[in-house]
This record gives sequence, structure tokens and C-alpha cells, in this order.
Amino acid sequence: MSAIASSKAVTVTVNGVEYEREVEARKLLIHFVRDDLDLTGSHIGCDTGNCGACSMIVDGQLVKSCMLLAVQADGASIETVEGLAEDGELTALQQSFSDHHALQCGYCTPGMLMSATALLRTNPNPTDEQIKKALQGNICRCTGYWNIFEAVKAVGS
Amino acid sequence: MSDSTTIAPDRVEVQAPQKQWQGQSVPRKEDKRLTQGQGVFVDDIKRHGMGYIHFVRSPYAHAHITSIDVSKAEEIKGVYGTLTGEEVASLTDPFFQLATPPGAHLKDYALALGKVRYVGEAVVAVVAETRELARDASELVEVEYEPLAAVVDARNAQDDGVPVLHDDAGSNMMWESVYEWGDLDAAFAEADRIVKIKELHFHRFNSTPLECDGALVEFNRGTGQWTIHTNNQFPGFAQIMMGPALHCGLDKLRFVTQDIGGGFGNKITSHPQLVACCLLARKLNRPVQWTEWRTDFHLSMSHGNERWFQDTEVAVKNDGTLLGFRTKALDDAGAWLRYEPLGGVIWAQVTPGVYKWRNIRLEFTQVATNKAPCSPNRGYSRMQHLWFTERVIDIVAHELELDPVEVRKRNYIKTEDMPYETPNGCIYDSGDYSRMLDIALELIGWKDAAARKKEAASRGKLLGIGIGSTLDSGTNNFGQSRMINPELQFSGNNEVATVKLDVFGEIVVTLGTTPQGQGHETTAAQVVADILGCSMDDVYVRAGHDSYWNSHAGFSGTYASQFAVTGLSAVKGATDMLAEQIKRLGSVILGGVPVDALELADGTVRIKDNPEAALPFMACGAIINANNAGLPEDLDVTLNCRYVYRPPFEVPDVEKKFGNLTLTYAAQIHAAVVEIDPETGHYEIVDYAAVDDCGIRIHPQIVEGQVMGATAQALGAVVHEAFEYDEDGNLLTPNFYDYHVPHALDMPPLQTGYIESPSPFTPLGTKGMGEGGGAGIHSVCAAVQDAMRGHGDAIVYDSWNPYKRVWEMLQHPEKTRALVEVVDA
Repeated sequence: MSAIASSKAVTVTVNGVEYEREVEARKLLIHFVRDDLDLTGSHIGCDTGNCGACSMIVDGQLVKSCMLLAVQADGASIETVEGLAEDGELTALQQSFSDHHALQCGYCTPGMLMSATALLRTNPNPTDEQIKKALQGNICRCTGYWNIFEAVKAVGS
Repeated sequence: MSDSTTIAPDRVEVQAPQKQWQGQSVPRKEDKRLTQGQGVFVDDIKRHGMGYIHFVRSPYAHAHITSIDVSKAEEIKGVYGTLTGEEVASLTDPFFQLATPPGAHLKDYALALGKVRYVGEAVVAVVAETRELARDASELVEVEYEPLAAVVDARNAQDDGVPVLHDDAGSNMMWESVYEWGDLDAAFAEADRIVKIKELHFHRFNSTPLECDGALVEFNRGTGQWTIHTNNQFPGFAQIMMGPALHCGLDKLRFVTQDIGGGFGNKITSHPQLVACCLLARKLNRPVQWTEWRTDFHLSMSHGNERWFQDTEVAVKNDGTLLGFRTKALDDAGAWLRYEPLGGVIWAQVTPGVYKWRNIRLEFTQVATNKAPCSPNRGYSRMQHLWFTERVIDIVAHELELDPVEVRKRNYIKTEDMPYETPNGCIYDSGDYSRMLDIALELIGWKDAAARKKEAASRGKLLGIGIGSTLDSGTNNFGQSRMINPELQFSGNNEVATVKLDVFGEIVVTLGTTPQGQGHETTAAQVVADILGCSMDDVYVRAGHDSYWNSHAGFSGTYASQFAVTGLSAVKGATDMLAEQIKRLGSVILGGVPVDALELADGTVRIKDNPEAALPFMACGAIINANNAGLPEDLDVTLNCRYVYRPPFEVPDVEKKFGNLTLTYAAQIHAAVVEIDPETGHYEIVDYAAVDDCGIRIHPQIVEGQVMGATAQALGAVVHEAFEYDEDGNLLTPNFYDYHVPHALDMPPLQTGYIESPSPFTPLGTKGMGEGGGAGIHSVCAAVQDAMRGHGDAIVYDSWNPYKRVWEMLQHPEKTRALVEVVDA
């Protein structure tokens, strides 16, 4: 094999905790977070960046973490679904998802919550259209989105 | 009514729910973990030293395998080993086939042997230290193929000169049968008109749960037992398939699940992959893990049955009274019979749909093609048939210039005729379809239809209104499998629950089911809390499924719309037993008061007339489990109760193809309003109403959630979703780029309504509900056809109507009109 390094030391901060790991160069950020850091709240639903189940907030920006290599996140501050609730106390958005039955199997929910969290941070009073656009990158196969929309709207208004 | 021998189930006394917990939309117990990313899905499970599996898959739809060389892959450091079809065949038996010959002759193994039959079929498994390495090493596996012509159109599959997929079967015809009930000749003689429909096509798609299939499998060398952490949704079926193949007893296959990321029937037939995992865990002496890629799921897993309805003839009176129909159903099973040909009988649960048709003949033929194997998909086999009946209604109404609403109302089975015996002996338990239709029509503003059409026309749009009337038959009588194959020894159904009171008073419930978002922990706790007179918060329902919990029966699982009947009836049965035991213990401890004088309330057993004399559950649990000296010898109380619910079924009459095939019939009436842009064929659903009746609702919000989700899936299927193949058998939609599932912006405005017609046959008055009748597909098809009335009068002939097809129908309505003919009888 060539002398090109196939792995690299990476340091990231996830939900306020710093991690340093040696990472295969080709490893996706989502696999790094799930497999190497054991933070399995973020999920994988496709191979192509369509489904949004892996959505995280990286340096303040919403990203699909399957579209990023782990090495690209070196030095980044990352927020995942595990960082939302504090001491088991659900955020208003998490509680609203439960109140509105905005989840069934719960597989898409972490990504949905991160997308909606990112929306409400930048736009605390979104219009109906803005909510739908903000959720457009997240696929849910259980709910038909109606209740997810209502859950976000209830927190936004 | 025919003078048949079917026996309706005995009516059971439905106990009015106390309306304390049942009937309320209480917060779901599951939500706290799932909103915090604390669920445990199959890919979340890790074991020390585990290997990751990657499957090498066929790039050809049909080819001989001439050689396989795994040596280069195995040389790579970090690769633990491989598995080939030849190894599989030397270690296992082919999977048991449900079909009679010729389908019975198929030799189906966990990996392809000698030949591949669809693009994406698993040929070799590679196991390595990491996911990435397993995938890289798979690229080094060398497989030589000798390509063959592919069979992709079921209509040609039996033609001369067409390649045969399975030499063992001798032809591509897998299973066939003729179903006939009533007197067809008399019906057609009585008819004023005969409506002939040359061909209708129900397309291929599935529900694409967001989590793909997967497993983590460990092998215990000392006991010969496998632990299979998996998201398979019907472990009872998987065990029956896997045990004989692996030459082991079923108890050696321990199935464990916590959270499952959606199932919809698509996660029933993962047994081939699970067998590969078992063989590898044993061969490599280490835990192995398999997570299916999205592309692999689309290529290979559980496509919904594609079906053609050919040479249909409908006998009808001039006033729209439907007398009977004949049709030929041609079902495309794909390359293997993994659950098929059960679809060949499942449709018969809803033979006449929601209508009074008494004379029906259906010739069913299932063929193999070079496409992914079909397996259950929400609404399995019934959705296809209900789509057909709804298409027939609209075509008949339009061709006879009758109002589709009136034709439906004229022919709907009436509420006063419930329980109603269908021509093939199924007993529709309860319902009121006309009332549901009225509610749906009111919700979409039907009375203003003419004005709305006019207003839309002024904007250059074609507005149409359509109805979908469906049933979700629930709680299968597995005896129907004998109509597929009289030798099969299945009948009835069952489900288990256990409820116990532990040493510190903790109420613990275990279920046999494998929920995938249906909220079983919540609804089970509602039932338990009402019976025990305690808070739901005091009831702990174990998450998920473990076949070693002793709450597992042969038909355990979550599939086919049955939990509210089978699961909750088992919970009720076990809790009633526990309540009775608590009272008997209370009777002793409280000084010999009669059991009848006691009640359960506020987490205690107490004397009705003297509530101060109360024994807390905690004391009950402590006495029986840890402080039992001095109790009467004959006090048979364990406070650990197991109950198996067995629905009241008879074995169907296989000769006459007659009998009650399901216990409950939830109904759905949907109405859609669409606006078509005739310039482009693009259409929008501008109004939508879904009215549901699933009997008594334990948790209305969960019920409505199922209704919404099923509606969304149907709308996706009718407008966008299709597993399309090219003529060489390549799947054109192998991922979410090409296979467009609805997004938040795609959803139309939705109104929901409901009625509650309690089932007289179930202990809680509930009906199973997954609402898989596909009403959204049917209502949109009807609405599109309605919009085109007076604009070429095209016939909607396919269940998949992307904008390009609507445009084509508007451009060339004559092509579709050629499919229909009305003749005087």
C-alpha cells in the first residue's frame, strides 16, 4: 500500500464532551459518532443523503452527518439528539413531539428534532411554509408529517 | 345469505371500558426514550469482537454463476471470513415451501446457489473487522456469471421460449387456483348490462420503513443456541422457516428485539439473511452484525405484490345494482416464494370488498419473475383486491352514467345486516359504511362539488372527487393457508402476555408482540391499570420482545392488524387472572372476607364496604414472593400469570374455499379532491378526508396516527412510489433519490373522522387496525378519473399515476377507453 495515511487522529466536542480518536479516513461522521463514540441516538435511513435521520448540528449548522467524513469534523463542536434534554428534562420541542403524537417508531425522530431545533434557533416564529421547508430534508414513514408539523408549530408560536 | 355451514364466532360479552385509562389519549410510555435518542434499535447493539457482514450481490437479473473466488478477499488483514451458496447448501436444508407443486419444488437457500434470479440477490457474505473493510473486501470477491434473458413482465412469464427461473419447478407458474362462489350464470342472466374491463394493473412498491433490516447474532457453542438480536417483526414465522433449515429446535433460536424503526410487513421475511448470520456466527466463532443498506433493501426486500386483473366482467342492473363479477388475477411474486403464495388466499378475506356482491369468480395465478421477491406489505394482498373492487365501482358508475356515491350506497353492505356473511364465509363483524361515507363527504364539502368544479375550470383546472372504501381485515385465521396447500398444519391464531406482581409491588407486563411504533407499551398499560385499579404509571411494560420471556407463542409478532385484538386480549386475560389471585390472597390476609366482598382500587385490594381495610399491592407482592410462611397450603397464588388468547376460529372448508378467515373488519372511507393542470398532467390533492372505524379505540391518538400514516403511504404510492424495472431486470428506483417518498411539503390538508362500531367478537370490542386497505390509492385514482370526465373520459387503469401518466391519459384517452366495453346482457 502507499504511504498515504489511511487514518487520522480527530478531536471533536459532542454535546460538550471532548473526544479524541484515531479514525479511518473514509469513515462517515455518522458512523464515527454511532460506532466509535457510542452515541447511537442519531440514525441512518439511507445511503444517499435523502432521509435526514442522521441530522446533527455541527458548529451551529444543521448537517446530514452521512454527507461528511469524520475527519472533516476535526475540531468541530457537534450537537446530537442526546444533548437536547438536560438531566432527563425534555425540551419544549421534545415534549411537544410527545404531546402531538409526532412520533411512532421513533427512528426519524432524532433527525426531525435536530432539524426543528435548528429552525427554531434561527427563526423562533416560523410560518407554516417555513416549518414544512425546514422538515423537507427529513423522511418519516409512520406519521405522514401532519403531527410533526403541529408539534413544531406549537413550540414556534 | 347462503345456506353454508360457516359458523359465526360466538358473541362475547364486551365489557364496557371503565374509561379511566382506556379511551384516553394518554402520553405514550415509549416517547421519553425515543425523543431523547435512547431507543435501542438493532444497529445500536454491539458486542466485543464482532464482525460486520457485507453481502456481495448479483448485478444480473438472471444468470448462471460459473465460478466464485473469495481468496483475495480473505487475504485482507481484518477480514474474518466469507460464506458462499455452496457452503450454505452443505450446511442447511432449503427453506420449507408453503406452495403445492410446482412452487413446492423451489430450492431456496440463504445465498444464491448456481444461479442468480434478480439484481441484488445475495451471492456471497463477507465478514470483517469494520463495516468499511467488509465493503471493500467484498469488491475483491470474484464471481463469474453467464447472463440469461430476464423475465420482467408477468404477462409473458408463461409464454413459450421464455426462460424458466426455477428448473426444479419446470415453469414460471408457481401456484394457481380457481375461486368461485354463488351462481355466476344466474347473475349474468339477471343482469341488464355487462361491463367488461380488459386489464387493470396494481403496481409494485412497498412501505420502505426508514430503518432497514438487520441483526446481531451470537452463537453459544456449549448449548448450540443462537441469540438473534433483530428487527424481524414476526419471529414465530422466522423460527418455523429457520429451524428446519438449520437442523435445530426452535428454542435454539432466541429472538430479541427492543425498538424497531417501522415494519409495515416488510420485515417479516428476513429469514434468509438471518440464516447466513447464524452460519457465520458459528463458523467464525464470533458475534456477527448485519445492517442492510438502503439500496440493498430496495433491491431485495419484500416488494409488495404486483397484480394484473384481466378479462374482468361485471354483471350489473341498470340502476347500478351489482350482481357479480368474474376476473383473472395474475400475481407477480418476484424470484422466490418467501411468504408467497399466501397472497393467493389473503385477498379472499375481503372477497366482495364492502359490497353485497354474492356471485364471484376469480382465477388466481402466481408467476415468478426476475425481480425482488414479494412479501407482505401494509394491506398485504387485500389492498390489491380492494383497489380492484373500487376501480370496478367507478368504472361501472361512469360508464352507466350513474353517480359513484349512489352506486356505492346502493351496494354497500348495510349496518343492519351485520354480522354479515360474505359469499366465501367470512363474517364481517360490525360497521356502517354509508354513515362513514356521509361523514367523509361532509368533511370535503361534497355538496358544493358542482360549484367547485366550475370554479376550478375558470382557473383552467380539472377538479375531481373520488372515494376509496376499504377494509382492514385483522386477526388472521391461519387455517386459510390450507386453501393454498391442504397439507399445511396451520389454523387459528394466538398471542400471549404475562402479568406479574413482583416483590416490591411492581407490576410487570411482557408481551409476545414486536411493536414498530404502535405504542404497545402504552395501550397494554391502559388495559392493565383499568383492571387492577391502579395508575398507568405503576405498570411497567417491558420494551420489545424476547422469545425467552415465555410470552411467545407460535404466531407471536406484530403484523396483519391484530394487536388490539390478540395482544390486548392476552393482556386482559393475564391481568384478570392476576386480579383474581390478588383478591384470593387479600381474602386470606384480610381475615377470611369473601372474595366477592373485595375490590381493587388505588393500588390496593380492599373491602368494598370498608375501604380502610386495604392491603397494598406492595404487601401482596412481598408476601407471595418473600414472606410466605404460614400461608394456607391450598392457596394456589403465584401473582405471575400467563394467558394465551386464542381467537374463536374453525378450520375453513378447503374444498369449498369457505370459512371465516379473519375475526375483525375495521373500515376506512376516504374522499379525495384533486385538481389537475391539463397542460402538464400535474395534479394536487386539495382536500382529503379519512374516516375510520376500528371498533372501540383504546387510545384515540394512536389510532388516528395509524390512519394518518397509512394515508400518507397510500398517497405516496399512488403519485410517486414504484419499483420500476427496465427490460433487462434492472431496478430503476434503488434509493430515495429515484424512489420518491412523500416529504413534509407533499402532504395535502387532511381531515379525519371516525365512528366506533364495537366488534361483537372480541373481549374489548376492539378491531385490529393498521388501516392498510390502501384507501388513499383508491380515492385518488377515483378522483383523477372523475376529473377527466368530459375531458376525454379516460379510464384510470393503473394504481400508480405519476403526472406523466395523467398527462398521457389526457392526451390519448382513447387508449384507456379501449380497455372498457359495456354490452347489453
